Amino acid sequence: MIITKKKEPSLILEYLDGRKKVYLFGCNSCAEQCQTGGKRELDEMTVILRENGKEITGTSLIDETCYKMLVKKEFKANEAIMSSDAILVLACGAGVKTVAEIAENSTPVFPALDSLFLASVERYGRFFEGCSLCGECILGSTAGICPHTLCPKGLLNGPCGGVINGRCEVNIENNCVWVDIFRRLKAQDRLNVLKKIHPPKDYSNGVKPRKVILERKKTRA
Amino acid sequence: MNSLKQSLISKRFTITAEICPPKGTDTSGFLDKARLLKGQIDAANVTDNQRAVMRLSSLACSLLLLREGIDPVFQMTCRDRNRLAIQSDIMGAWVLGIRNILALTGDHVSFGDHRNAKAVFDLDSVQLVQTISKLNEGNNINDKPLKGGTDLFIGAVVAPGAEPWEPEMIKFEKKIEAGARFFQTQAIYDMERFQKFFEYARQFDIKILGGILLLKSAKMANFLNTNVPGVDVPKRLIEELESSKDQLEKGIEIAARQLKELNSFCHGAHIMAIGQEESVVRIIEKAKSVSSAKTPGN
Ligand code: SF4
Ligand code: SF4
Repeated sequence: MIITKKKEPSLILEYLDGRKKVYLFGCNSCAEQCQTGGKRELDEMTVILRENGKEITGTSLIDETCYKMLVKKEFKANEAIMSSDAILVLACGAGVKTVAEIAENSTPVFPALDSLFLASVERYGRFFEGCSLCGECILGSTAGICPHTLCPKGLLNGPCGGVINGRCEVNIENNCVWVDIFRRLKAQDRLNVLKKIHPPKDYSNGVKPRKVILERKKTRA
Repeated sequence: MNSLKQSLISKRFTITAEICPPKGTDTSGFLDKARLLKGQIDAANVTDNQRAVMRLSSLACSLLLLREGIDPVFQMTCRDRNRLAIQSDIMGAWVLGIRNILALTGDHVSFGDHRNAKAVFDLDSVQLVQTISKLNEGNNINDKPLKGGTDLFIGAVVAPGAEPWEPEMIKFEKKIEAGARFFQTQAIYDMERFQKFFEYARQFDIKILGGILLLKSAKMANFLNTNVPGVDVPKRLIEELESSKDQLEKGIEIAARQLKELNSFCHGAHIMAIGQEESVVRIIEKAKSVSSAKTPGN
């Protein structure tokens, strides 16, 4: 899941300065789960903006705001969107980007959220970063724990000198991820994996922007 | 000129000390300290933006030491340079006459004075050691031949007091496999534990410089205990400091004692006296006077 956090209303009002008619987009997927872009947050934003003299021309809660087809459909069905002075999107950056792509050169689109990270959900409302989408997954040799993401230095060959009784000096609340990896590999009797020198990461796998285009499968009906 | 490699190979008890570059371009204080240490030590370690605090470049300061007739150990961390900069700086050090390099991970930027900086860590310390080995073989990190390589004496660090020890040990052995030939340890206070580490490390073809950190006061000792990983100053030393009139003098005495102890079994010692480089000379003198130096246990 993509984790987002609300921007300060003052900043949003700054974006919207001089624009009266505002259309709101929410996202019923990740942002809804994060309590940043669901039905309730759209309502809250409507109240805040009205209190500050804005006219809300409408709201749309899209199932996945990063899905271009869905957003496009909404634009077609709803003329109020394009006749607004601004569109505010309560979704992750990918959602904002999708809406902006459709609005193109006409109506300016603004983000209401900051996009933070890709999370594992421990349980409802508890999100933890576990993968930074590096393009070259090494979890097979790190017992399913990502040092690239969970070690503040992204080290690949074991702990730095900053381990304090198994914890990380950069943030003492956290275990040193290399101690965790070590313990799990040891329990699995796989320490030989740790003893091999891990080569430098191949960053050419992560050159931006990245894209994936699947070949259409004819066999599928 | 004393040379680190020569000294270690000839099995003499070898002493190095750390010198910290200035926070600016005024090198007078740095050079004063260097001149003080000249002849007293076998090599001087130049720190590389230690604790992520920005200072004059370790490469430039290593060259200054060389000009003063001191064998420098050029410290390089993985925090501030990507693999291109790392390789060109290492080759740069070589052509300028620098012969020793110490590879470190580096402290995280969140400790320093530029907390909004991007931490690089393109390589880690094992990969850095490996890269230097490749340069020594005349190849770059991608195994492409260079027009002239390096022949650096490669060092790395180890924390014999790490808790838990096993992951640190695995990394230590990887550094050896990658080509590290001498090791500088974290400050030692538990000499018995260090001796055990030394016995275990004897199986490898490496030299070890035991770390001595000058305790300037009881306050500093307490600070180290709460803030510096892997350093555990025992209570009795803190009490010894507290009960003395001149705490710095006591700290020098303690360090001299440790130096003497190391002299009895280890390959050498690395003295860290952050900001108190003049005390290094006193520590060495005092260690000699405590009793005549024993034969080193190489
Ligand atoms: S190595 Fe880490 S960041 Fe890369 S894909 Fe795997 S989990 Fe994600
Ligand atoms: S203590 Fe462990 S997790 Fe923290 S920076 Fe060092 S290696 Fe990474």
